[in-house]
Amino acid sequence: MLSRVAGLFSARGYNIDSLCVAETLDPKVSQITMVTEGEDDTVEQIVKQLYKLIDVIRVTDHGPDNHVARELALFKVRTLPDSRAEVMRIVEIFRGKIVDVTPDSYAIEVTGGAEKIQGLIELLTPLGLEDVTRTGRIAVARGL
Amino acid sequence: MKLIGADILVRSLQEEGVDIVFGHPGGAVLEVYDAIHRCGIRHVLVRHEQGGVHMADGYARATGRTGVAVVTSGPGVTNAITGLATAYMDSIPLVCFTGQVPTPMIGNDAFQEADNMGLTRPVTKHNYLVKDVRDLAATIKEAFHIASTGRPGPVVVDLPKDVSKAVADYHYPETVDLEHYQPRYDAHWGQVKRAMALILKAERPVVYFGGGVITSNASKELLAFCERLKVPVTYTLMGIGGIPGNHQYSLGMLGMHGTYRSNKAVDECDLLIAIGARFDDRVTGKVDDFSPRSKKIHVDIDPTSIRKSVYVDVPIVGDVKNCLEKFLELMQDEPKLKDYETRVAPWWEKINAWDREHSIGYAQKEDGPILPQYVIDKMYEMTAGRAVVSTDVGQHQMWAAQYYHAQRPNDWVTSGGLGTMGFGLPAAIGAQFGRPKDTVVLVTSEGSFSMCCQELAVAVEHDLPIKILMLRNNTLGMVRQWQQFFYDKRYSHVDMSSGPDWVKFADAFGAVGLRASHPDEVESVLEKGFATRKPVIMDFVCRTEENCFPMVPGGAASRDMLHGEPSRG
Repeated sequence: MLSRVAGLFSARGYNIDSLCVAETLDPKVSQITMVTEGEDDTVEQIVKQLYKLIDVIRVTDHGPDNHVARELALFKVRTLPDSRAEVMRIVEIFRGKIVDVTPDSYAIEVTGGAEKIQGLIELLTPLGLEDVTRTGRIAVARGL
Repeated sequence: MKLIGADILVRSLQEEGVDIVFGHPGGAVLEVYDAIHRCGIRHVLVRHEQGGVHMADGYARATGRTGVAVVTSGPGVTNAITGLATAYMDSIPLVCFTGQVPTPMIGNDAFQEADNMGLTRPVTKHNYLVKDVRDLAATIKEAFHIASTGRPGPVVVDLPKDVSKAVADYHYPETVDLEHYQPRYDAHWGQVKRAMALILKAERPVVYFGGGVITSNASKELLAFCERLKVPVTYTLMGIGGIPGNHQYSLGMLGMHGTYRSNKAVDECDLLIAIGARFDDRVTGKVDDFSPRSKKIHVDIDPTSIRKSVYVDVPIVGDVKNCLEKFLELMQDEPKLKDYETRVAPWWEKINAWDREHSIGYAQKEDGPILPQYVIDKMYEMTAGRAVVSTDVGQHQMWAAQYYHAQRPNDWVTSGGLGTMGFGLPAAIGAQFGRPKDTVVLVTSEGSFSMCCQELAVAVEHDLPIKILMLRNNTLGMVRQWQQFFYDKRYSHVDMSSGPDWVKFADAFGAVGLRASHPDEVESVLEKGFATRKPVIMDFVCRTEENCFPMVPGGAASRDMLHGEPSRG
């Protein structure tokens, strides 16, 4: 299924900014969350093209608003004795968690919007940021 | 009843009413061929898998039924790709069974292994890998359903060798369980009424229709619609035969090599009624300048066709026939239609004036070289437009579209979207198998014909009396034309004068070869060729520099047509 969706995007020249695949409440159904960009008519065309795939059950265009979106990021920071406390303070401000500690590193978990994660990247870079792994955005519509 | 996968396949085909299969055996489908041998389903041995898929395609176009092809794994599948892509672009219903290496070997770079699912996904409506023989019958049922419903298209069923040998209980399902695949046939009444309101207000309406009319079997309804409104009608390459080409309301084809009056009418109309067409770039030319003053109605069963490249005011998703029936119902007691004819009369005058200004034509000189248009014209006279005509791709295809006025739907077999050279001969073979009593003509030229000419052996083997009009001009004509106009006559690799000798070629295959080198031989060769009960190649030695006019240069607005003088051959 993923190859059909990804193939559709590449064949028709649509961008994939991020893509996240996971199981749903029904184990036979999987959910793909994608972030793409385009004018309204492009997005309309993307939705229609996705519906044309035989296995697609439902397509929801979350649009720019009216949904809650989050992303999970895992950071690895090289820690020096004089920067450990500063890293911890920043993580706390960002409501992140330190999930692994070694004598010279922290692994940090943070969720949030893209700006928040970008902000944290900028703050941690001078303090020894080694690596970031991001899930890409997932979203849920507001209300029922 | 317990059966092996291969027998389930053949039984399922019989269950689907398949009367002919085009295929080529190989290692991965040995079990399937053994079952074909056992069950006696009619099978045609093709000489190349591309030809096989084109045959199934030609069969489907000429009959309206779903074509079936069988190919082996690896090269069998890669050879089939062009055929699948051709059918996909033109929305032709096909089911292609592909052999696959045994499931434990998949992904191991096994002998004759290819990623069939990955390769065929972009050129099919849907594809299946059957990993469990218990799923096979239901998968085949789904494949036929998907191929032939909604906007039709090719479907691949990939069958690993071990699955074709494995045993399962055979039961062919009566229905499919595809909850999320529900093509919309029923046109929305509200939209139809909105469209009708635009029609009633229009002063310069034009109908522009495409292959959807053929697929939907809606020729009768379309004709009734146009005759009721007395509205000018133009059509795409895929729409040919949807109404009789020489009907009094027909403007001929539109687009790159369409008639001047068609393109002018579309350019200046105030209402464009698009029916089962997709605003292809060969139709629109420069999109921003396409029919700039018109409101647009668009009827199509595929929602993605609507507003893909051109904005439309009233989209109607649904089956063309269903939608036209609704229009006809609305028209029945519409008082405002009374003076419609008077209202559109000035519009017709304008269109007729355009036709006098530039109509398509040629001037065959008695002692000059043969003009290809002349040959097609004579063939049209002989057949009265009631033959099945298959074409290849290039100049001859456009001339056939311009001068052969097909009278009926499903009589015109051409590769429109993909423009596949080599399509014509195998497609003509498939058409002749599907319509054994009808005259099947192939209009081709040596460039295209060379690409699938081995299939002549199939026509000979089965005694198919296909009339092949080889409009030989010793060049790749359409490329030569573009090089002449847009590359300052730098003719790069278009020379085809080295042969072969097509009369000898026909002879070597056991077909009949005839040649006309002079205009006064054209009619006698055609008469002789049409009287032959064998495949016959009629080799017409045509003028090399002949150009296909009118022409909208690529990327230009469709009103900016090149006309050229009618050539003096």
